[in-house]
Amino acid sequence: MAKTMNQSNYEVRTEPVEALSILSPEGKLLQPDLLPQLSDEQLRELMRRMVFTRVWDQRAISLSRQGRLGFYAPVSGQEATMVASEFALRQDDFICPGYRDMPQLVWHGLPMYQAFLYSRGHQQGGRIPEDVNVLMPQIIIGAQIVQAAGVAMGLKKRGTDRVAITYTGDGGSSQGDFYEGMNFAGAFKLPVIFVVQNNGYAISTPFSKQTASESIAHKAVAAGIHGVQVDGMDAMAVYKAVQDAAERGRKGEGATLIEAITYRFGPHSMSGDDPSKYRTKEEQGEWEERDPLVRMRKFLESKNLWSEEDEAKVTEEAKNTVAEQIKKAESVEKMTIPGLIDSMFEQTPPYLEQQKEDFTK
Amino acid sequence: MAQMTMIQAITDAMRVELERDENVLVFGEDVGHVGGVFRATEGLQKQFGEERVFDTPLAESGIGGLAIGLGITGYRPVAEIQFIGFIFEVMDSICAQASRMRYRSGGRYNAPIVFRTPFGAGVHAPELHSDSLEGLLMQTPGLKVVVPSNPYDAKGLLLSAIRDNDPVFFLEHLKLYRSFRGEVPEGDYTVPLGKANVVREGKDVTIVTYGAMVHTSLAAADELAKEGIEAEVIDLRTLVPMDMETVLESIKKTNRAIVVQEAQRSAGAGAEIVARIMEQGILHLEAPVLRITSPDTVLGFGEIEKEWLPDASRVIKGVKEVINF
Repeated sequence: MAKTMNQSNYEVRTEPVEALSILSPEGKLLQPDLLPQLSDEQLRELMRRMVFTRVWDQRAISLSRQGRLGFYAPVSGQEATMVASEFALRQDDFICPGYRDMPQLVWHGLPMYQAFLYSRGHQQGGRIPEDVNVLMPQIIIGAQIVQAAGVAMGLKKRGTDRVAITYTGDGGSSQGDFYEGMNFAGAFKLPVIFVVQNNGYAISTPFSKQTASESIAHKAVAAGIHGVQVDGMDAMAVYKAVQDAAERGRKGEGATLIEAITYRFGPHSMSGDDPSKYRTKEEQGEWEERDPLVRMRKFLESKNLWSEEDEAKVTEEAKNTVAEQIKKAESVEKMTIPGLIDSMFEQTPPYLEQQKEDFTK
Repeated sequence: MAQMTMIQAITDAMRVELERDENVLVFGEDVGHVGGVFRATEGLQKQFGEERVFDTPLAESGIGGLAIGLGITGYRPVAEIQFIGFIFEVMDSICAQASRMRYRSGGRYNAPIVFRTPFGAGVHAPELHSDSLEGLLMQTPGLKVVVPSNPYDAKGLLLSAIRDNDPVFFLEHLKLYRSFRGEVPEGDYTVPLGKANVVREGKDVTIVTYGAMVHTSLAAADELAKEGIEAEVIDLRTLVPMDMETVLESIKKTNRAIVVQEAQRSAGAGAEIVARIMEQGILHLEAPVLRITSPDTVLGFGEIEKEWLPDASRVIKGVKEVINF
């Protein structure tokens, strides 16, 4: 008996966590008290952005197949997490994205043609306008997480109430940088939001092989920061979680880890990944029933805030915008080797000037 | 003018810049209260407060990310990596992130960071504390690499490095920290990055070197002078950018050269220097350019450190080889 009591005292335990859902897959309001206070116009705008993003994704996949884009990581299925999380931020908050997080950047102000330039490997894709507070997508899984801690420290030191947000996937939560970033955020009480988009697969490795942790959200416990899990197919739940986390950060209450349970309907990237090799049709079907767009659409339709005409109008708008923006990207003057050399340092040193000559003769 | 050790000069540089520019931040493991394991930051937290000079959790990659994020928000981080061997933990931030920030962002952001790191053998430090990894760093586009050899240069170069808008890796040789004092002006002065120093003039052979090997080479030159061989010794000071103009000017005069480095032989700074001499100065040469280096092994620390490191006798031997070619 004494031994049992002793065990209970020294063993660290955590309880299972349940993802926050505000809307059911049928678009029914499950938790009216937790519904974010958004105006009808804001709700419509959020829906518009999600539909736009879906169409943009479909067009980008097609452009990628045509060879008009370079690297592209499809986003369909993750729109609620991506779009609603950005929607919950202020314009002066700072986004440190992972490789798939282009929608957040564009909705935060990065011109779409620059997203296309980035994909094509043109360095001007990254020439982010002065008032747009983002970094370009990070290729090294986890590097953005430690950088976000640094950005958050800078924002805090400047005495602002701005927050930094950073994104990675379930695979990214296994990286050393994930722990270092969260630990720094905890130790320095930084205004940073770590969003893990747990879409179940790190390319092909399923979540079951990723970690033995009860959940990714639990990992916040070790860093001494706030941790929550949300239904990543539910835009209202994601919005609520990010809004709460941002408020916590603005009030000086530190960092939050948000695990969003989501799914990518498409392949990991357009560079040869075939999800049918590691996912079943049944599984895909089940997740499609939880489509974030369907859920939000039904919710808004029940409030007479969305219609087929709205849907058609946004679809048309998205197609036209993508067409116009890819043309704009394609019309930007090609990068040059001397230009690339000049981007290495503020002032190009003599040895690089010599190398430039090899490409200008 | 004050007489200072190299480490005092380095501390003084940080003090000058912390005073001059409120965006300068100094951080790393143990750099705050105790002033760093070598006391390089001693007194700075007391003078400038914990907001400007602070300890971090023990995590090099976190320190690198912090530096990059702070740079993005307009600060000028001086991040200490406690020992050179620990940079492998933060190589991503140094070589894949900070160094390409300007390129990746089309010039929108830069990474005005100084990574300060003690390195260098000869002081019987444990494994992975003393290695010479400048070759790895030099191969990173967008990163400047600085290796001072004396207190005056250390302060002037560090002030230039902190003011530079590009990331700079600043290598501080452990053996030079307290081995001698030199005259160091008070207050503000800079030694430009990318400008070598002819530390001894001579007409018979050029010894191109940097860091602690400057002193080894000078000792060798003194010995050689007794035999009537006048060696010119060039302290490169910065490996990126490298001042080939000074090197080539010297070779035009001496027609012979050797390169002396503490690091292992293959594919490092010495290989690069020799290649550039061949590309740009072969018509002035009357003998092959030799490298005096340690062998291509892991650092023979502790027991065989003295034999492993190049010494004056090896330099003398190399010089005689090129003279008698």
